[in-house]
Formats: sequence, C-alpha cells, structure tokens
Amino acid sequence: MMNKVVKKLTAFGLVAVAALGLMACGSANAASGDSESGSSASNNGYRTLDEIKEDGTINIGVFSDKAPFGYVDENGEYTGYDVYFANRLAEDLGVDVNFVSTEAASRVEYLQTGKVDIILANFTVTDERAEQVDFALPYMNVALGVVSHEDNVITDLDQIGEDDQVIVISGTTAETYLTENYPEIQLQKFDTYAAAKSAFENGTGVAWANDNTEVIAFANENEGYTVGIESLGDTDTIAAAVTKGNDTLLQWINEEIESLASENFFHKDYEETLLDTYGADYEETLVVEGGKVAE
Amino acid sequence: MQVLGIDVLFKGINMQRFLEGLWVSMRISLISVLISIFLGLLVGALMTRRNPVIKIFTRIYLEIVRIMPQMVLLFLVFFGSTRVLGINIDAEISAIIVFSFWGTAEMADLVRSALISIPKHQYESAAALGLTERDTYVHIVIPQTIRRLIPTSINLITRMIKTTSLVMLIGVVEVLKVGQQIIEANRDTSPNAAFGVYLTVFILYFMACWPISMFAKYLERKWN
Repeated sequence: MMNKVVKKLTAFGLVAVAALGLMACGSANAASGDSESGSSASNNGYRTLDEIKEDGTINIGVFSDKAPFGYVDENGEYTGYDVYFANRLAEDLGVDVNFVSTEAASRVEYLQTGKVDIILANFTVTDERAEQVDFALPYMNVALGVVSHEDNVITDLDQIGEDDQVIVISGTTAETYLTENYPEIQLQKFDTYAAAKSAFENGTGVAWANDNTEVIAFANENEGYTVGIESLGDTDTIAAAVTKGNDTLLQWINEEIESLASENFFHKDYEETLLDTYGADYEETLVVEGGKVAE
Repeated sequence: MQVLGIDVLFKGINMQRFLEGLWVSMRISLISVLISIFLGLLVGALMTRRNPVIKIFTRIYLEIVRIMPQMVLLFLVFFGSTRVLGINIDAEISAIIVFSFWGTAEMADLVRSALISIPKHQYESAAALGLTERDTYVHIVIPQTIRRLIPTSINLITRMIKTTSLVMLIGVVEVLKVGQQIIEANRDTSPNAAFGVYLTVFILYFMACWPISMFAKYLERKWN
C-alpha cells in the first residue's frame, strides 16, 4: 500500500525535477547563444511600426528612478526629459504608451528580446552599443564637466598645479579620461557620489570632474561653486534606441525628431523638465534639436 | 519631519504606491512559497530514496540552485526564454518560476534533513508494534518531520520574501523600487528622504514577515 503511494510520489516528483531541470538546461543555452542567433531565430524579435499601430500600445523602456530624466512623481506618473519625449512619440503615433521600468544594465537586453519597442533611458550612444541596437538621431548632449570653488575657478585644466588634486568617482568616464589624457594631474578617487561630494565640500580637491549634467546640478544646488569647464573631451550624445533591424520604427522616429525641430520641441522639453535642475544657462549645451549636434 | 525625510511619504499617493509595491512583493513570494512547499515535500521525500539515478538528479538540481545567483536565474528565465524559445514570459511569472525553482530545492533539502533526523529505532519500534509502513509514516514520522520543519522553513519563507527585491531588475516595480523612485524624485527638495523611505520599507517588510514568524511560533507551541 505504502509502496504504491511512494511510487506515485516518486513518479510525480521525477517529472517535476525533470521539468525544472529542462528549464535550467534551456536557460544555460540562452547564456551561450550569441545575439545573432537570437534575432534571426524569429521575426518576433521586434514589432514593426505597423504592428505597433495595430496593437494600439507601444512599450517604451525608461528609467523610473533617474530624476530628472526618467522618474515617477508623487502621483505615480512617469515623468522627466526622456518620458516627455516618449509621451509625444506615442501621441503622434496614435497609440497608448506602456512604460517599462528598466535598469542601466538591462537596456540592451530588453531591445534584443523585443520586450520593449523603444529604449528612452538616458542611453548614451557608443560604438559598442551601436553594434547591438540601432540608435535614432540624438536628442541630448553629454560630456565631462569640471566644477570648482568660486574663489578659485578652474576654467582650463592647465591651471591645476603640481600639488593640487582633482576629485573623481572611481569607474566613471571622468576617471578614464583624465588618466589617459592628463596623467600628470593628481587624482583623488572615491567610490561613491556621497564620499566625493563631502570631500570636495571640505576642500580636499581644487576641482571635481564628472559628467557635466552631474556637476552642473551640483553647482546649482550648492552655494559657492562654479562650473568652470562645461564640456571636456569628446561630446557624447543621448538617443532613443530600437531593436537592431527595426528599420520602419527607426525611420519613423528619425522623421519625427526632424519635424519636431520646427516647434523647438526639445527646448520646450528642457524647460518643462530640466530647467529646475540645470538652470537656463545650460540649455544650449545640453539640448540637441532636430537630431543635429552643433559643432 | 523635514530633516528625517518623513514628509515625502505623505506627498501625493506615495503611501498607496508603497502598499501596492508591497502587494507585488507578497504576491510573488507567497505564490512561490506555496509551490515550493508542495514540490519541496515531494522532492524532499524523493531525496531520501536510495535510487542512484534520483540521487544524482536531485543532487545536480540542488547544486545548480546553490551555485547560481537568483539574479542570474531571473535574467535567464525572463530574457533567455524569449531568445531561445521565442516565448514571452511575463516578468512576474518569470519571477514566480525562479523563486519556486529556488524554493523547491531549498525546501526539499530541509524536508530531506528532517526526514533522516527521525532515528532508525522509531521505524523499528513501530514495526515491532505491528504498525504498517503507512501507519508508521502517518502517525510517527510525518508529524515529527513537520514539527522539525517549521523553524527552518519559516527562515526560508522570510528569506524568499526579502529576496523579491531582485525582481526590479526585470522591470517589476515592487516595494523597494517604489522606495528608490521616491528618493530620486525628491532629490532636490528633500535630500534626506532616504532615511524616511528606508525606514518605511523596513516597517513594511517587518509587517509582512512578522505574522509569519508569529504563526510559526503558535504552531510550535501548540504541537509541543
């Protein structure tokens, strides 16, 4: 009697374990499968412009905790510079928008698996990423910036003396750039934003190098600091991205960006969402209108 | 209040968002816990069998779960299923699959250790008293096993509830993510919001896990 019960249990348990095991094997394949086989495996890797229109809802991946670019306000509504643009895209396409909260590390993956149609999450255009996704025309600039104390404004890196130290956060582009291009400058490295901030406030370094959006926001929020260098090194751009090969959607976004220039859309976007953080002085530095980067 | 960043909790519908986030966390973890307990009992019973094939199979399963970080499993199920099989699994369902996969393995191991902790002489005494194998299990082995399982499985359940914070990585907005969103949205106006927000998150997790601990305590007392 008991033996029968045990046998049945055994059989059921084996099936369960086998199912879970299979799942694990399938997953292991996923890890080894390269991105090419993923996209060519099915046409469902992405949705074309017509398919999105037919469905009536577009999925857009945005940040939900990166104010002021993509965040959720106290009423639970997505808002910010990226979201403002996303809403306009959906409106002009005549579809509803479904925002998907993404993290920096999973943005490429979301597009490659077609889980979102567009990523609009402060996505910096790089050559490496351009091999994995298709970028639309840019809508924002980003570069390095240097903030310094008001009584000793650094407007040129040559002003930095032998004994002076510049603060950077480890692992940022600022650190890489200064190490490569100005090896003679002494760097003081911190792991977190908070540590770098308090060190700088205590006067440890003569200047602090970071993304220009970060240093501008810092100088605006704190008295006694000036951004002496607004744009250092190569200027990168921020753009919307779609799944590689989704040409119909990409083309539509590009045309949309070009036509929105006539109403100065991104300047309006800046004034609605970024003005409080960055102030009016940096509008021309940060905004890219009509996909054309000013030289 | 401003200093501790408590004010942001009452802005707009922030409190409601916290509770909705908690509900998402609880929904994912409790469904996974139920599946894990059910499958864990079966797999755990299997693990005590002497069959070498079953042994190898369950051993590999347990090791996979132990070695793989849950975050990796989440990515594999959520993105991997689409890449390899072309099927689109909802983020919450992916989370439930991963948490059940993990919970079942751990639960099974707990069941296995509880089962083998019943001394051999109890089986022998039962047999000597003329109890059938079935009666031995129903009246002697299973009640003791369940009693021994309570503290360890409660540990697992509360751990599963807390680990649901990882699901934010596949786009599910749960209680901790709501907290981070609120901190960031108020970065300019209340730079100290982190304190009040994390305090709230702590209280919410506590509210979720405390009744489970109390229930376990009640069961332990009742059965002693």
